Amino acid sequence: MVNDPYQNRKYVIGGFMLLVVAIYVARMFVLQIMDTSYRDQADNNAFYKEITYPPRGVIKDRNGKAIAFNKDAYDILITVRDAKGIDTASFCNALDIDRATFEERMKKIRLIPGYSPYTPQTFMSQLSDEEFAPFQEKLFRFKGISVRKRTLRNYSYPCGALLLGDLGEISAEQLKRKQKDNDTYYQPGDFIGLSGLERTYETYLRGQKGVKIWLRDAHGRKKGRFEDGAKDVPFIAGSDITTTIDIDLQAYGEQLMANKVGSIVAIEPKTGEILAMVSAPTYDPSLLVGRKRSKEFLKLVKNPYKPLFDRTVQATYPPGSTFKTANTLVLMQEGFVNANKCYSCTHGFHAGRLTVGCHHNGSLDLINAIKLSCNAYFCYGFKDMIDHPKYKGAANGFETWKKHLVSMGFGYRLGTDAPSEKRGYIPNAGVYNKIYGERHWKATTIISDAIGQGEILTTPIQLANLAAVIANKGYYYTPHLIKSIAGTTIDTAFTNKHVSTINPKHFGPVIDGMEQVVQHGTAYWIRNDALGMCGKTGTAENPHGKDHALFISFAPKDDPKIAICVVVENAGFGATWAAPIAALMTEKYLNGQIETPKRQYWETWLKESNLLPSLAPVIPSTAKTHK
Amino acid sequence: MSRRRNFFKSIDWWIVALYLILVICGWVCIYGASYNFEDTVFWDIDYRYGKQLLWIGLAVFIGGMILLLDGEMYSVFAYGFYGGIIILLLITLVIAPDIKGSRSWLVLGPVNLQPAEFAKTATCLALAKLMGGFDFMSGRGFTRKRVIDASLVALIMFLPCVIIILQNETGSALVTFALFVMLYREGFPGILLLAGMCAVVFFIVAIRFGAESIIPLVPEESFGIFLVLFSAIIIHLFLILVYFGDTRYFRDLAILNTLLFGGGVLAYKQFDIPVSFLTLCYVSIGIAILYQAYRALKTWRYTYFLVGLFLLISTGYAHAASFAFNKILQPHQRTRIEVTLGMLDDPKKSGYNVNQSKIAIGSGGLEGKGFLNGTQTKLKYVPEQDTDFIFCTVGEEHGFIGCAVVLLLYSALLLRLINRAEKQKLGFNRVYGYSVASILFFHVAINVGMVTGLTPVIGIPLPFFSYGGSSLWGFTILLFIFLRLDAANNEYGLSGRG
Repeated sequence: MVNDPYQNRKYVIGGFMLLVVAIYVARMFVLQIMDTSYRDQADNNAFYKEITYPPRGVIKDRNGKAIAFNKDAYDILITVRDAKGIDTASFCNALDIDRATFEERMKKIRLIPGYSPYTPQTFMSQLSDEEFAPFQEKLFRFKGISVRKRTLRNYSYPCGALLLGDLGEISAEQLKRKQKDNDTYYQPGDFIGLSGLERTYETYLRGQKGVKIWLRDAHGRKKGRFEDGAKDVPFIAGSDITTTIDIDLQAYGEQLMANKVGSIVAIEPKTGEILAMVSAPTYDPSLLVGRKRSKEFLKLVKNPYKPLFDRTVQATYPPGSTFKTANTLVLMQEGFVNANKCYSCTHGFHAGRLTVGCHHNGSLDLINAIKLSCNAYFCYGFKDMIDHPKYKGAANGFETWKKHLVSMGFGYRLGTDAPSEKRGYIPNAGVYNKIYGERHWKATTIISDAIGQGEILTTPIQLANLAAVIANKGYYYTPHLIKSIAGTTIDTAFTNKHVSTINPKHFGPVIDGMEQVVQHGTAYWIRNDALGMCGKTGTAENPHGKDHALFISFAPKDDPKIAICVVVENAGFGATWAAPIAALMTEKYLNGQIETPKRQYWETWLKESNLLPSLAPVIPSTAKTHK
Repeated sequence: MSRRRNFFKSIDWWIVALYLILVICGWVCIYGASYNFEDTVFWDIDYRYGKQLLWIGLAVFIGGMILLLDGEMYSVFAYGFYGGIIILLLITLVIAPDIKGSRSWLVLGPVNLQPAEFAKTATCLALAKLMGGFDFMSGRGFTRKRVIDASLVALIMFLPCVIIILQNETGSALVTFALFVMLYREGFPGILLLAGMCAVVFFIVAIRFGAESIIPLVPEESFGIFLVLFSAIIIHLFLILVYFGDTRYFRDLAILNTLLFGGGVLAYKQFDIPVSFLTLCYVSIGIAILYQAYRALKTWRYTYFLVGLFLLISTGYAHAASFAFNKILQPHQRTRIEVTLGMLDDPKKSGYNVNQSKIAIGSGGLEGKGFLNGTQTKLKYVPEQDTDFIFCTVGEEHGFIGCAVVLLLYSALLLRLINRAEKQKLGFNRVYGYSVASILFFHVAINVGMVTGLTPVIGIPLPFFSYGGSSLWGFTILLFIFLRLDAANNEYGLSGRG
């Protein structure tokens, strides 16, 4: 074999084999080291990450009473493959559904993206304890059926629905928005705070989800825990939050506002803490929990009185005569009126052909003007200011006027933590320039602004804030609902003092005037010397029907503990409807109960009065006298 | 005593050691693949790792017996073995039960045997007997003797192959083609082998990469053709070098091609000029053909024409294959080929298997997930994970390092086999040695290529690794007969009567 002519072919063969091995090693290098996507695919293949849901933080009232807490709910899951031989009739019976519903749900389940007959799929969700109890007894009979526990909201009082807000499944749009904001917490089907405090403090209340890592095989069946749960992440329960709300006062306010449209906002002036925030009509928050939610929600949407509309922060009204207090403060700050300044009223304010009517006749000083809510006094003052030569034109005068009002919280959002706050409206000079032409308007053109009509719009919370500014003699804290969050501090926006541009010395006469309102003035009939209430009535013109009754107040005069704004829509005079509600709220908060039989009578009377406007179209009424 | 000591010394312990290492590694991987996360039992004879240990024990026993038995009988009884196995294969074809569509298993009480696994050894022995003869293919040209010899080789090779195909074990039958490597060593014209290989590989490449491109400069639909043309250019360069020893020509064209393709890459990378690489291929081939025509006329050697023809035919062939596949074949025929070649992800069939095995191997990374920590193989994502796809466990649990080590072990075994085969003084031994190396190589190349998505899915086991008694014993007998022949060769200088 020495002369074997093909001997050298061993090198070709050996070289060829080595070449193939080299190609394979290179292939391994590409697969295993250069391309990392296979690792992720393997993890997605093999790990089933079961989300564990933390209990949501509890919402407490200012006295530590739990208002919104958690209750268990049960989802019924079905593993289609295992449930093949299930006794459909008794299964339906146990769940109290009919055969058609069963078939329809089973059909729907198969359409869910990621459906697998080997893994549990949600068959029914959010069964309550009562609904679940009869089913649980029979659970063992149904192979392939399992139960997932979830928590739902439970409420200890049937009130505060709007301020507490509600929870719902996250929508596709919200999910997209959250992902855009780099918030990767949510997955389809997760619950999220949709309104109120639940929405504002969502990130604290929700806590952190945990993960249980299971191994699953090629069919999607669970094959035990990964590393015996060593890599699992436990959930972190949501933080409890304490609100500034006094839930008893809130409940009382909602009772007083029964069968009325309107709102009550009560603030602790020294801190800006909101004590009660009633929007009427309202509803029981527990209606929007569980399986009945969608049905009830639809009813609320269709309700003509719009109970889902939070009138405390979203409704804007002309403030009417309550605004005279703010106007007075501006006039005093700018030096046009003082405690002794008198204007004479001859059944109203007259300038050329223009007349703003009034009930009085004769000369009035500031305190009496507030006490009697004299339109003429404030119109003259307003005219003196706006048209004063020192401003070189009405535009500048008006801008100065507006600047002071803004410093008291008008015209812009206060920045409260109740979501969807509206800003109200104080026009600027530019608006009037546009309407009337530059330099073609003066005080008399816009005289309605002086008495809180015209273009001025305010929200009830802004008016309550005005009461707080007056009570504090010149400063306020942004009204807020949050008192504390477990484990963290509240937003400093709520602890920063906002000082108005009005010198504190000017508040004395206004407060005296407001005291007189309740003692002998427009709201004399709610007089209760023990409370030391100071208030101001108002009636907002309503072109669509009966006027809105307004009342702002604070008490006690010397050490104010509560500032209130009450709005009752379509109720007529502020003194008649809004003032007694404010008085009762104040007494309830300060004394804990209503003492005299007279006021106890008011209580029943108010609770029973029905001021809901007729739903038939109303012919717009003609202009009315301002009160 | 002295004979015995000599005998032990004359055994090639390198091969024995490599064999044992591979078998043990294989068992470790089978243990890993059949280990279940839910079970805490470490040992159970009813599991496959338990049975495999039994098979390994028996295999080692069989190997020992072969070494102890007389080495001469393999040559003497080569045709007898062959005839016996043909009869056994035919009997199997008739009486075997249908197991997953295959009629290749003989059920003998508790043990199932697959005669096809032993047919390889018998075929190799018969071929060695025939080709190791003094006057095999003696003479030159088309003599009657040479034609009969060549026909006999073909008959011995393809008779079992046909029966095994009838048993529906196409994978095992294809192994026969591995023996062309041995035939090449024994003088089969290399050019024919190259042509045959090119025909198969070019066809597969042209279709397999007909719809996906991994180089940005080549459009997707023509990437397969580009790959074929590029390979043809490289092969023709080496043909020039090997067959004519024409280094000048090789150098000229190598420089030309480097400039051409290097320039193309540079133009794209540096100056963002989109150059069509397919056009570059045509340019290169055109220049080469003209140059060869010039050389052929100048030197008056017609072989230059042949090399030019190779380029021309390759170009035409690539286009024809692509055209036939895309335009002539019916859609359902196309789909079948696409699934076989792993181009279509058929989630239920081979496409799924290859995808999952790539995921399993790819997720191993450099060092792997560690013994018994592989998730893809344990959780049954990979099909046939302890038989044909056992290499996935290596990839997933032992990573790139594990894969490279296993491939190197196989390379070492193959090179050692070639080395020992060349040392044989008898043609019988050498032919048999090369047959063993060829078959092992074919199994490794196709199996590892299959699980990494490089070759079509052909269900053949990884030698010494895959679970199964028949395959392990088959490979053991195949290898140890060569060891015995080699030992005799070392001991006496001669063995058998060749």
